[in-house]
Amino acid sequence: MAKSPKQDRSVTAVVNDDISEAKRLEMFRAQVLMRQAEQRAFDLFLENLVKGTSHLSLGQEAIAAGVAAAMEPGDLSFCTYRGHAHTLARGVPVEKVLGELMGRDNGLMRGKGGSMHLTSVEHGVMGSYAIIGAHLPIACGAAWRAQYKGQSDVSVCFFGDGTTNIGAFHEALNFAVIWKLPVVFVCENNLYMEYTPISEVTAVEHPAADRASAYGLPRIIVDGNDADEVYRTMLEAFRKARSGEGPSLIECLTYRHSGHSRADPAKYRPEGELERWKLRDPLTIYKARLREFGVSEADMKAIEDDVKRVVDEATEACKAAPFTSTDILFTDVYADGGWAWRN
Amino acid sequence: MAQLTYRDAVARGIAQEMARDEDVVFLGEDIAKAGGVFKATVGLLEQFGPLRVRDTPISEQAILGAAMGAAMTGLKPIAEIMFADFIAVCYDYIANEFPKSRYMTNGQVKCPLVVRVGNGGGARFGAQHSQSIENWVMQFPGLKVVAPSSPVDIVGLMAAAVRDPDPVIFIEHKSLYATTGEVPDGEIVDTLGTAKILRTGSDCTLIALGMMVPRALAAAERLQAEEGISCEVVDVRSLVPLDTQTILGSVARTHRVFTIEENPRVLGWGAEIVSIIADEAFYDLDGPPVRITTPNIPLPASDILEDLAIPSVGRIFETVLRSMRS
Ligand SMILES: Cc1ncc(C[n+]2csc(CCOP(=O)(O)OP(=O)(O)O)c2C)c(N)n1
Ligand SMILES: [Mg+2]
Repeated sequence: MAKSPKQDRSVTAVVNDDISEAKRLEMFRAQVLMRQAEQRAFDLFLENLVKGTSHLSLGQEAIAAGVAAAMEPGDLSFCTYRGHAHTLARGVPVEKVLGELMGRDNGLMRGKGGSMHLTSVEHGVMGSYAIIGAHLPIACGAAWRAQYKGQSDVSVCFFGDGTTNIGAFHEALNFAVIWKLPVVFVCENNLYMEYTPISEVTAVEHPAADRASAYGLPRIIVDGNDADEVYRTMLEAFRKARSGEGPSLIECLTYRHSGHSRADPAKYRPEGELERWKLRDPLTIYKARLREFGVSEADMKAIEDDVKRVVDEATEACKAAPFTSTDILFTDVYADGGWAWRN
Repeated sequence: MAQLTYRDAVARGIAQEMARDEDVVFLGEDIAKAGGVFKATVGLLEQFGPLRVRDTPISEQAILGAAMGAAMTGLKPIAEIMFADFIAVCYDYIANEFPKSRYMTNGQVKCPLVVRVGNGGGARFGAQHSQSIENWVMQFPGLKVVAPSSPVDIVGLMAAAVRDPDPVIFIEHKSLYATTGEVPDGEIVDTLGTAKILRTGSDCTLIALGMMVPRALAAAERLQAEEGISCEVVDVRSLVPLDTQTILGSVARTHRVFTIEENPRVLGWGAEIVSIIADEAFYDLDGPPVRITTPNIPLPASDILEDLAIPSVGRIFETVLRSMRS
């Protein structure tokens, strides 16, 4: 892969190698935003302003950024309960995400879904699903609609390593292959299901990639902490999907810096493991990449500062926002807007 | 007007909707080339082609999940789960996904789909292919549930279910597939949430569903002829939404009520109806409500045993007579 820095930065549309500078800055900003927004979510929990549970993607941001950067408007994302990063990656405002976590009226679903169910149809975020595996078949269905109607959008489905051991994963892969559906399955292998190492509960070393051949798919493993690698791999998967060649299954190797959920101090990790992975922090890797291509520290700092401003403003807006109004308790159970099940 | 079997009415109902709307698609195991294991979908593949009528692998989760994803994004899928018992292997979609997506997302996500299931006993198939699963599906806020008992209701309620913007579980009774009834020509569109009074009467109300409807009618016939007891028979048809007003109106006239349920007793649909009557029509009653159900056992395969388990015309007759005379 070409990585030699291009010296001449005088033209506006700088092409670093196969990836433009603009694209790289987009992916950098996205990762910084996810990192800061999720750290803020954690701080707000410590202030008791976020209730319930939440599952952070700290350390896994390169996947969300790389995939989203390869998506076109109109493409659809199907996420898990660990969905903050993927939701932000599609352009959903931080305020709406934090507001949802805080149960405020400005939240994405006005507090009716919470952290595990972030959804923004207008941004193509078709839901965050908290029953392991459920959304793989659902993504197939959305892809089937695109195929049937001759529409060009692709459905992307994110899930963890642990999800490869549930039946719906296998049903969905077979289904997507036999119907040649425009769907991309992205496995974020962070080495753990909840608390149990994936290696202790899985018949193969690479939980997704080593199953690919069972469905006639190529074995694809990428460095999930390098947004560029993810981006390049996704471009090819999207090309395949859009040209009628069917689904892809991509295993991204990564690591979560925090516990599984907020309740988890992650004591089960062997000593030194987290530290080793922090050396491969996606943001560290990406800053080195930007430096390599001549982006200045000042430019990076400016992006980080701007993101901080955005996250600060969103936080203040959420703190000032009213709690969700109680009259929505009974709305939207049925399509008529209400909840009546009898006359 | 033509005589149609309940089985052929299924295909007619689906065809009516597929002809009307290109967004209606149909998927399930053996439904296309084979015309369905109950032969209820014969001819649909030939009429609408392989892009709209699709055979699937034995993947119930993929079937319902794909139906949901398609429904969320613009299609109106009809999915078949061959035997209702198999709902248990894809229950996540019934319990957690279809009914909650709209609410959780504050109205952003829609889920207009129909799941057809072959329900009920009488075919000597034993405990895993004979169950009445109404109470597996009627307990989730956000789902709708219908269970037609006649060919004309199959056609009309299929249309209503397909056109409805909410997820609908469409319960067909396997032992009714061979029964026949009059079905008018032309488009038929019924209304969800409406019960039907199939026989008027003055002494008591028999509330029935699915295969229990013809049995309730036959028992009512005998009670009138042999004992002079006049039974009103209500076909519930739609469990969600539930037409409580028709039921309460009947009870207000007859003052006695019997539910006739094929399901095992615990938490059957009749329990919910009796509880509504107790809440809202207690003083209309001249005697205790009586639930006639399958006892709380798995269904046996032997015809002798199965016939003992599921409420028969004879058991309905005896139970109503005993209660009305006591
Ligand atoms: C069907 C089901 N089983 C169990 C759980 C509980 N659970 C929630 S997250 C999780 C681990 C999932 O691991 P993985 O797929 O690797 O995703 P990660 O959390 O690592 O992102 C489990 C077991 C669940 N939500 N759904
Ligand atoms: Mg994991």
